[in-house]
Amino acid sequence: MNVKFINPFLEGTISVLKTMAFVEPRAGKPYLKADSLAKGDISGIIGLTGSATGSLALSFSEAAILKIVSNMIGENIKSMNDDIKDAVGEITNMISGVARKNLEADGFYIQAAIPTVVTGKNHSIAHVTGGASLIIPFEIDEGTFVVDVCLTE
Amino acid sequence: MVEKNIKLLVVDDFATMRKVVRNLLKQVGYEDIVEAEDGVMALRALKSQKIDVIISDWNMPNMSGLELLKAVRDDSELAKTPFLMVTAEALQDNVVAAVKAGVNDYIVKPFTAEVLNEKIIKITESINK
Repeated sequence: MNVKFINPFLEGTISVLKTMAFVEPRAGKPYLKADSLAKGDISGIIGLTGSATGSLALSFSEAAILKIVSNMIGENIKSMNDDIKDAVGEITNMISGVARKNLEADGFYIQAAIPTVVTGKNHSIAHVTGGASLIIPFEIDEGTFVVDVCLTE
Repeated sequence: MVEKNIKLLVVDDFATMRKVVRNLLKQVGYEDIVEAEDGVMALRALKSQKIDVIISDWNMPNMSGLELLKAVRDDSELAKTPFLMVTAEALQDNVVAAVKAGVNDYIVKPFTAEVLNEKIIKITESINK
């Protein structure tokens, strides 16, 4: 896993959530994850192909995603619903778009597939390619989420 | 000076994304907003009421944003309606195709309410000149 992949996804995540959900996510220390267990209650996953191949997953705690989507649509959402699922797909799509644009500056040209959304406690994430994925943990005041990137050149 | 009482049509297949755009529009003072879930529904809305600005997503089933743009430009009654295309990324080929088809401007997600407002002001003023 090339460390060059960290910043584009980190910056993409902060940029998208700051712009669309008016929250300021704080990033923790990135680490490698070997298992496929998700770190949240709902995840968006998107396949990536091109000069690097793999996938990007975002896993949100329920508290974090309820705050994020409530801010995005201007309604106070109190429990998981279809708006949350749609929004997770859209957020995954947007973060992938910004990250891929940032990666172009380093010479990586990557296309994205259509995101899928998985929900439930202790669900698993199947990355397109095997191997350890890089986790960037984030928190907002209401809860935590992680960006999970598995990308190989 | 753009009037905030203009009627905007937001076209996106994701209901949540329509709510997101509606929320941003309300933040900058637009209240008269109608929604359509794809190009076909958008054309139906355009035929039944006077729409001042179309804000349409690029990727949609049934009729894409580009196909909707072409249909609007080919219709003598709707042809001059300002059209703002929303895209997930500014792919050169997509931008060229949209410009060729007569798009007034495009906006790349994610975007702020302020940037959206600036785009609406710019395209409505250019039409009114």
